[in-house]
Amino acid sequence: MTTVIIQTISRIMVPFIQLFGLYIIMHDLVSPGGGFQGGVIISASMILLALTVGMSAAGKRAPHASRLMLISSGAVLFAMAGVICILAGGNFLEYSAVPIPMMSASEIAGQLVLAVGIFIGLHNMAAFTTIVFHLGEERE
Amino acid sequence: MMTVGHFPILVVMVPLMAAYLMPVLGLWRRRLCYPLATVSIFISFCISLVLVRSVMASGTISYHLGGWMPPWGIELVVDYLSAFMCITITFISLLTVVYSENYINKELPTGKTTLYYTLLMLVIGGMLGVVVTGDLFNLFVFTEVFSIAAYALVAIAGKREAFIASFRYLLMGAIGTSLVLLGISYLYAITGTLNMVDLSVRLQPWYGSSIVSAALAFLIVGFSIKTALFPLHTWLPDAHSIALSPISVMLSALVIKVGAYAIIRTLFTVFQPGFITEVVPVAPVLTWLAAAAILIGSLFAISQTDLKRMLAYSSVAHIGYVVLGIALATEMGMTGGILHIFNHAMAKGCLFLCAGAIIYKTGLRNISDLTGLGVRMPITAAAFALSALSMMGIPPTAGFFSKWFLCMGAIEAGGWIFAIVILLGSLLTAVYYFRVLYVIYFGEHKHVEQVGTDEVPPGMLVPIAILALGCILFGIFVGIPLSVVEPAVRVLLGI
Amino acid sequence: MNIDFILVNFNYWICVILLLIGLFTTIAKENLIKKIMGLNILSTSVLLFLVSLGDIEGGAAPIIVPGVEVDIYVNPLPATLVLTGIVVSVALTGFALALIIKIYEEYGTLDAEKLIKG
Repeated sequence: MTTVIIQTISRIMVPFIQLFGLYIIMHDLVSPGGGFQGGVIISASMILLALTVGMSAAGKRAPHASRLMLISSGAVLFAMAGVICILAGGNFLEYSAVPIPMMSASEIAGQLVLAVGIFIGLHNMAAFTTIVFHLGEERE
Repeated sequence: MMTVGHFPILVVMVPLMAAYLMPVLGLWRRRLCYPLATVSIFISFCISLVLVRSVMASGTISYHLGGWMPPWGIELVVDYLSAFMCITITFISLLTVVYSENYINKELPTGKTTLYYTLLMLVIGGMLGVVVTGDLFNLFVFTEVFSIAAYALVAIAGKREAFIASFRYLLMGAIGTSLVLLGISYLYAITGTLNMVDLSVRLQPWYGSSIVSAALAFLIVGFSIKTALFPLHTWLPDAHSIALSPISVMLSALVIKVGAYAIIRTLFTVFQPGFITEVVPVAPVLTWLAAAAILIGSLFAISQTDLKRMLAYSSVAHIGYVVLGIALATEMGMTGGILHIFNHAMAKGCLFLCAGAIIYKTGLRNISDLTGLGVRMPITAAAFALSALSMMGIPPTAGFFSKWFLCMGAIEAGGWIFAIVILLGSLLTAVYYFRVLYVIYFGEHKHVEQVGTDEVPPGMLVPIAILALGCILFGIFVGIPLSVVEPAVRVLLGI
Repeated sequence: MNIDFILVNFNYWICVILLLIGLFTTIAKENLIKKIMGLNILSTSVLLFLVSLGDIEGGAAPIIVPGVEVDIYVNPLPATLVLTGIVVSVALTGFALALIIKIYEEYGTLDAEKLIKG
């Protein structure tokens, strides 16, 4: 529905938007942002693609089954991170109890917060893409 | 390894984990959704039983999430009331999920089965999260979890009216939770903490100031929308009557009771009982609104012709009983109100399941069309009759004891007009239930060519029978629920 | 009620004005999409109030940088609470919009007055 200029520019922009989203996910501990915000930015790139290139072409890039798998696995991995802390002897989501060699307790807590942030990012990019794709899909 | 100490979080995480796994499972093999749901709710039910026994043996359980000490971290507090609500929620949910298998296979298109079970697990997990938490913001988050899943479950019925009913529920519920968030942020602004027990200590110097009154007002109004208290009940008749029958059970029996639980926690754990009766007299206002709810709900129910709409208005009236018991703030009144949560959940659950069985077999919803069902579906009709007797409050069914405690509590608090309202409400309840029972048992047969029994499949019949038996067993052995409710009331009132 | 009262409590005034605008839009406008927009304004006003509680005059960002002495940090907790609130608001809006699409398919109109009449 859009002109050649918009389609070309958005095709070029999408990988950079995704890289920026990944940057925000990865710098969870030291800058504003984190898993949730980075995931939303990555899903914004897919939404941009859907708006400019068309829903069917964008839908091939993010098929329904992989989106559902990402949603489920992101949430399940987050819950599993909590249960691993229970198995390691602490309370639910007590990151400092997990015994990883060569790291002190506070370092483990930091790294596990980042890991959980990555899981949330995975979940969110699939979830927001699903919401907008479902709202915008072709209806007969 | 896993000890008893971790059960407060496990009772919430098991249904939620099942909800996270359900979409992928549905994509792979749709037939496995129902077993996963049943197994996870059964595990939650067993964990709740262990929690109740543990709380009765050693008092309130406190669990620190993430290992952080309470005012800084989220704390899960399981006291007698929380354990009681956990047992109620998991018991009724287990029976609803077992009932859902046959009902959903017939009434819902097959593409939506996975979605239905996912949303059902989210509702149950959200409600369990509300009742075990000791942190006010965590309560808000879990309230939103089960609310949004409940809006979606009302709309999944797929009929035209279901979308409008769900939209109306959504608008009112979302305004309610925004007001709750505003109240919580006022309390956070003046004390700097979100833990309920810590708030009750830190709010003491602020009693009598306008910000505390404003926060209390926002919290009570917001939770009253969730629990469908009298002027804010207008979303309930559409949503509960148009939804699928297992969802009507979940909404009427459990979701509005969790709203009442949130009101109990706000009035008695965050604010002291003395504050709500003397400094800012919000408890007397709630008693008058509850009395109006009882009378007006019953009056509206009498004039209905659709069976499920009548049961929905009956829910409006009976949540009035619960809030009346809570707001009387005396020992017997609160015992009656909290016991009525359990009794009404069992009785209304059985009534809606019976209505669903009638719709499954015959497709009839109008009361005057139900003639002769006492012969065609004897067990369903008998269960309906038994639950209706419990709702009216006829001894020795369970409903009699909760209404007796409510009357005693009203007289003890000096409001004998509320005792009159309770008895009048029971009379009106008897009017509309006896009308249905008359049509079912004594109406003339319309379909004379088929006079054999034609019951629903056992997967639907067993939950109906268990709930009906529960109505009468928990009336004869009323000491079993009372042994949990009476210590709960003593802890809440600080006696 | 002098000008100082308004200027010092500036964030509370904005929150209350936005709350009332959102509530009015939700109740009084007839188009369903405008009602959802009003709901969003309502949620946003409450979250705005919550996030403005954390700001302290002259505070630094709440990240410990080794070697830098800071005497007061900005409170990070309200920001986290607001993040959760935004997630809730987005989920609600997404679901409400899907419901509006279904209502439009079934009824052909988005006018609340006509929809109530059936």
